[in-house]
Amino acid sequence: MLDKELRSMIGQVKDGRMDRRGFIKYMAAVGLTAPLANQILALGGVAMAEGPSAYKPTKRGGGGALKLLWWQGPTLLNPHFATGTKDQDGSCLFYEPLACWDPDGNMKLVLAAEIPSIQNGLLAADGKSVTWKLKPGVKGHDGKPFTADDVVFTWEYIVDPATAAITVATYRDITVAKVDDLTVRITFKKPTPFWADAFVGAPNTIIPKHLFADYKGSKSREAPTNLAPVGTGPYKFVEFKPGDLVRGQLNPDYHMPNRPYFDSVEMKGGGDAVSAARAVIQTGEYDFGWNIQVEDDVLLRLEKGGKGKTIYAVGGDTEFIALNFTDPNTEVDGERSSMKTKHPLFSDPAVRKALSLLVDRESVKKAIYGRAGRTTANFLNGPEKFVSKNTSWEFSVEKASKILDDAGWKPGADGIREKDGKKLKLLYQTSINGPRQKTQAIVKQACQKAGIDVELKSVVASVFFSSDVANPDTYAKFYADMEMFQIPLSQPDPSQHMRRYLSTNVATKENKWQGTNFPRWIKKDYDAVIEAAESEMDPLKRAAHYIKANDLMYQDTVFIPVQHRLKVEAAANNLRPIISGWANETDNLHDWYREE
Amino acid sequence: MSQYVLRRLLIAIPSLLGISVVLFVVLALAPGDPFSELATNPNVPPEVQAALRAKFGLDDPIHLRYLHWLNAMLHGDWGFSFVSRMNVDALILQRLPATLYVIGSAQILALLIAIPVGVYAATKPYSLFDQIANTLAFVGFSLPTFFTGILFILIFSVTLDWLPFVYTTDIKATGIHWVLEMIRQAIMPVAVLGLFQAASMTRFVRSAMLDVIRLDYVTTARAKGLGQATVIVKHVMRNAMIPVVTLIALQMPAVFGGAIVTEQIFRIPGIGSLLISSILSNDTPVVMAVTFVFACLVVLFNLIADVLYGWLDPRISLR
Repeated sequence: MLDKELRSMIGQVKDGRMDRRGFIKYMAAVGLTAPLANQILALGGVAMAEGPSAYKPTKRGGGGALKLLWWQGPTLLNPHFATGTKDQDGSCLFYEPLACWDPDGNMKLVLAAEIPSIQNGLLAADGKSVTWKLKPGVKGHDGKPFTADDVVFTWEYIVDPATAAITVATYRDITVAKVDDLTVRITFKKPTPFWADAFVGAPNTIIPKHLFADYKGSKSREAPTNLAPVGTGPYKFVEFKPGDLVRGQLNPDYHMPNRPYFDSVEMKGGGDAVSAARAVIQTGEYDFGWNIQVEDDVLLRLEKGGKGKTIYAVGGDTEFIALNFTDPNTEVDGERSSMKTKHPLFSDPAVRKALSLLVDRESVKKAIYGRAGRTTANFLNGPEKFVSKNTSWEFSVEKASKILDDAGWKPGADGIREKDGKKLKLLYQTSINGPRQKTQAIVKQACQKAGIDVELKSVVASVFFSSDVANPDTYAKFYADMEMFQIPLSQPDPSQHMRRYLSTNVATKENKWQGTNFPRWIKKDYDAVIEAAESEMDPLKRAAHYIKANDLMYQDTVFIPVQHRLKVEAAANNLRPIISGWANETDNLHDWYREE
Repeated sequence: MSQYVLRRLLIAIPSLLGISVVLFVVLALAPGDPFSELATNPNVPPEVQAALRAKFGLDDPIHLRYLHWLNAMLHGDWGFSFVSRMNVDALILQRLPATLYVIGSAQILALLIAIPVGVYAATKPYSLFDQIANTLAFVGFSLPTFFTGILFILIFSVTLDWLPFVYTTDIKATGIHWVLEMIRQAIMPVAVLGLFQAASMTRFVRSAMLDVIRLDYVTTARAKGLGQATVIVKHVMRNAMIPVVTLIALQMPAVFGGAIVTEQIFRIPGIGSLLISSILSNDTPVVMAVTFVFACLVVLFNLIADVLYGWLDPRISLR
């Protein structure tokens, strides 16, 4: 039914009876994000439009120096080796993608000349291929022209397994072919509703063939350009000191008119988030501070200084508590949390439900995340897109106690509930990080009131997130009853994110705990719905599938979502940065300027 | 003398080997993974992480990895950083100037305060000056640098707005302005470190002086009619300096090793901040190189101190 409605609406947009903005608003109301709504329109035969630009400067340069403070500085400048977003951010000063995302999720052209759509014939109606036209006359910093060869080479470079590029997942199932010097065609193996992934956004920037051709595969580390990038971007490379400084200067041959505004750019690394906030907001030594994850009352205090402010961008990052469906305390064939076991307490759904009622999301927001968080009942908050409207959350110790009472968990002599000799004692782990430890304390307190004994454990982040097979404290091994962290959502689409929890992906000793389904949750319905979503070309049906997938997780309480977290940045009052929740901070850097 | 130095250098080889084995084993056994950040990115398949581990030899047995490292080191190849994929020696050389400048200045400041104050306090023990110096010294070394650092920032940067608290290596000025700016941004870190060092060193100089000042030969020198200044400087200080020289010599490697806490607070891109960020990201080749260089410097400066003893006190003969 929604399907029909959608089609008629796309028709209306096509012949101008409904405006694009109205359509996107409607889509957002149904739970689709703007980037996806735009792509739906493109697939439905209406061309994707570029978002409006608020860029004011009328000449290139003259803006002085732009001073950026990244408290974790970039350590390398090859986007395809990036160990974190910081490296992509640094690389993006010099390299560029075909297109990027603006704050509303509209596609913005960078190196491409036209946004692919069915109307202009660049997007195949079956979603199995997309053709990109490149801007003519774009020159690299070394004066060499940018052509289709560079795009095709970038793909070849990434898919070579010996290169060990971290972006390989996006590229290994596609084929990129040159049509002519300024045209490339991407062919997908199966219909791909989210076609704007390869070569779009800061993680997917294009590297020049003539400088990297000799350093493909096993020699990839030795490329001198890994540390001294030569791209097409708004700034030319000047200097790089890993972890400390990246410096660039205005590119006089930049392909966009009147851009860039700043004469030079400097990205300083090191230190911590609090002092970075101080340097931007309070003393004004820097123009922009990245990823200011600082308690809100500290930020409010700093903002009284008046030189800068915090800015927020909505994306799809969810801080969650995952519940373990296997038994972390029983060892089977040298493996704890083995698939051959069942969790002694969580196998009773009442216990999981009760726990969900004991997470006081409002208090967590008030006491910890402040303006940078939103309470939520969903695991999938975004791609802000496919957000389910069928769920709700509540904090109630009484209700939780009642559910446990009804399920036969009675308080023992020590006040801790028990049933059949099993006590409600839980181990709750997370990585070491101020807000996480505070959240742990809030949850523990509520659990205590309901007669559940919670033991807290915190693990150094570099261990918790490592793939070290020998270490028992990694999140993938999950040798605890519950664990809390977040998995960043780095593109405006949920497919990568949701397929982690297929039952074929459980983390076990056999796959060296590389399986991505760490809660070890097995649900046939979920597998079916994800599979259906992945081969579904109809955007709305696809959205419905992902909403159902989220709801299945909600019904089984696989995850207890704690907070939908927003991106927090600090900027000088007169700086006009463009930050999108769907993209890296430097994605739109060419459009940044300073209000005089 | 040269024989002695040669013998000491030869003895240093097995001890450095031993140190390198211990460092390597400890680092290899330490938990963590340089590619941990990739694990939370849903777009990075786990195979990539595994391929990187294999590519960088992280899956080889420890003894093989050690032999590889040792062999490369003997050929002058320090390896490359897992995190930045840059050669370790280049990375260290990039960070060295800032550390030498800031920590070196701090040491000099410490000496300039500690020696005169310590000596003067020792000549008039329990006088008002001595009491004040002692009190300040106690306060000085009781306050950790992370506390005084933040206190300085709050006072001089935030409240008074006199000094910058982010250290930059690319000051956009030339000539005298560059020099002035370099000095301006180093004032706070140098003061924090220098005063902390000076506090403990003052106590040290004072007690070394007091040990010597009551000896008979000093009384003899005074009885000969020598002036106070000559007695103190020529007779007392020279002998009292032996333990002080040891202390300074052992501090010298720290000048190269950087100061982890202070460098973090002021964002000084020195060896200390390189070390801590490498430790946090499990970048073993860098940690190994920095700590090993540090070990070599400790051995070297110990030798230098021993040689200096002979010059300060001819009674100590080196054979």
